[in-house]
Amino acid sequence: MNFLETEDVVKQYANHLALNKVSIQVPEGKIFGLLGPNGAGKTTLIRIINRITAPDSGEVRICGRPSGPDDIYQIGYLPEERGLYKKMKVGEQAIYLAQLKGLGYMEARKRLEKWFEKFDIMPWWNKKLEELSKGMQQKIQFIITVIHEPRLLIFDEPFSGFDPVNAELLKKEILELKNAGHTIIFSTHNMASVEEICENIALINTSKVVLSGNVTEIRNSFKTHNYIIRYLADKGTLQPADPLFRILEQNNQSGIIEARIHKQESLTNSELLTALAGQTEILSFSEEIPSMNDIFINTVSASNTLQS
Amino acid sequence: MSKVGLIIKREYLRRVSKKSFLLLTFLTPFLFAALVFVPLWLSTIKSEKAKQVAIIDTTGKYAPLFENDEDYVFITETEGSLEDYRNNPDKDIFAFISISDDLLTNPGAATVYSTKQIPMGLKNQINKTLSDFLRDEKLDSYNIENLKEIINESRVSFNIKTIKWEEDGSEKSTSAEVASIAGMVLTLIIYMFILMYGSMVMQGVMEEKTNRIVEVIISSVKPFQLMMGKVIGIGLVGLTQMFLWGILTSILVGVSLFFFGGGTSPEELMSGQMAVQNMSQMPAGGSELSLQVHEILNSINFAKLGICFVLFFIGGYMLYSAMFAAIGSALEQQEDAQQFMTPMILIMVFGLYAGIYSMNNPDGPLAVWGSLIPFTSPIVMMVRLPFDVPVWELILSFVLLYATAILIVWLSSKIYRVGILMYGKKPGIKEMIKWLRYK
Repeated sequence: MNFLETEDVVKQYANHLALNKVSIQVPEGKIFGLLGPNGAGKTTLIRIINRITAPDSGEVRICGRPSGPDDIYQIGYLPEERGLYKKMKVGEQAIYLAQLKGLGYMEARKRLEKWFEKFDIMPWWNKKLEELSKGMQQKIQFIITVIHEPRLLIFDEPFSGFDPVNAELLKKEILELKNAGHTIIFSTHNMASVEEICENIALINTSKVVLSGNVTEIRNSFKTHNYIIRYLADKGTLQPADPLFRILEQNNQSGIIEARIHKQESLTNSELLTALAGQTEILSFSEEIPSMNDIFINTVSASNTLQS
Repeated sequence: MSKVGLIIKREYLRRVSKKSFLLLTFLTPFLFAALVFVPLWLSTIKSEKAKQVAIIDTTGKYAPLFENDEDYVFITETEGSLEDYRNNPDKDIFAFISISDDLLTNPGAATVYSTKQIPMGLKNQINKTLSDFLRDEKLDSYNIENLKEIINESRVSFNIKTIKWEEDGSEKSTSAEVASIAGMVLTLIIYMFILMYGSMVMQGVMEEKTNRIVEVIISSVKPFQLMMGKVIGIGLVGLTQMFLWGILTSILVGVSLFFFGGGTSPEELMSGQMAVQNMSQMPAGGSELSLQVHEILNSINFAKLGICFVLFFIGGYMLYSAMFAAIGSALEQQEDAQQFMTPMILIMVFGLYAGIYSMNNPDGPLAVWGSLIPFTSPIVMMVRLPFDVPVWELILSFVLLYATAILIVWLSSKIYRVGILMYGKKPGIKEMIKWLRYK
């Protein structure tokens, strides 16, 4: 079941088309990656989902019905350009914003203290926001986004400004939120994190969705049928003229040969492995599955060439 | 607590607990009090030592006329000539009056010399002394019996009494001067407050916009709630400040009066100031004057004035701060703010000037229209209030002001809704119209 869908959303700005019939489907309880190069229209789409701005045409549906003014209360939004009151004390500010999101004072305080402990920022409770480093401010912004436990969470570039340790911490929390049943939309340029945490993606380039679906399926569909194998040189070499596969390149590193081969598409992995094992002693065998990074770059440049 | 309530509370507490607010609130009444009392106090201080003025009078007729007072001591000089003194200045002597001929026949024969600039006070004193004497001398020269007495008797000082008939037919002394001053003070205060707190609303809106905090808040509150929370919260800060100023000023004035020992009520002190200003027209006779002014001040209904002031402030503030909020939401840079505020400040300044010119004729067309048109009415009406405005005009003005304020708040909230979330591009008319309908 899809928690959120957009259908043919169009948004025209003064002299450029920000979104051109964009349709995405975000399944409930899953992490959805909204990808795309800078200026593709991701943030515009998020703003439309948040009802910050209105689409020129098209529709946003939440749980199958058109989204209305009250739906924003189910959304927690972490904008890319972070914003909090600079002169206000951290704790006071967090309680205020949590109360605005509908929590009572005591409940807000209890939940905030739990989160502050978790992120190890309790000592900053009485500091003014402007005294905090950027990473600290990000943590607070993240806490405020999730504090009222909305059904849909939208994170725009959540990892920017974090060191690896804190990025890991944040990733863990995002996965925990998913396990608790929240639906998460996740907009990023960081493809490694997409592979790790997203189940589904939509790739937007120049205002259009150019690729969408399940991450594993997408990666499989981009399979090149190339394999990397390493074998011992003194146990025999691969036959260059084998009808089942083609050797793309080989190099010998102190008795161990690493070869990149391309198999016939109809061949299964086991058949290939059997054929290889008959010729030499295999040390390792792995299929080259394209990374999201490669898919991203290929798709974007392909769609750009198509357009020009 | 409702969301608007939360926003109001935050806006209010944050501003009221600011050091600058506390400082301004508690120091300004002292400043006001100082403005009233320092001149009064200074005028009571005498110069430490009377200055010496030498009179070189060759006729001998005029020198005895000059009477010593706190500022000047006149010495009749018979020995040295003016030239001696010029060559060997005597530091102790401040000025020299040289009279070399009969002044009635030769008015140019008297001159005052000094190494310093001659103060007006001294010059006036000399002129007065000499002209009084010369006039008497001239009168004597007519040889008419009792002429001096007749002339003195014929000099009538006249100051018309102004009485206002109340509805019930009773009479009240009024004073155009007191009413004008009260009106002017109220006008300036309301102008200052609306401008100050209106632009505070704008700053707040811009802060939220440039901070992008509004994107976070927008998923919890409606833009209208956010705007109203801000407007009301800041308005309450304004009322608090006004209230504190009122109380502190009356306490300070009361305390100072106690030390001055002069009067028993602040009103009387105010009358003292008036008396200084109107010295030329009003005859002396302190107690009578003070009594008169007391009566006049009692004729002004301070409770009514206060209530009207607060109500007009609220209406005017809502009207202007909503517009300020709309402007703030449409801007992205502080630098643009001044430019966009200008038209609104112009309207307010127009109101202020209309108020000032209305003072001479508080029931004239400028005053009446100015106090009915909602954009100027809070300011202009303040001038008219002490002069007793007809009730129907007051009510009409209120209704117009509040109706317009509500309309402007509604319109502004629509602009605010679009503006506060719009970055990087100017909203077109078509876009605006679409937003008016979007919820």
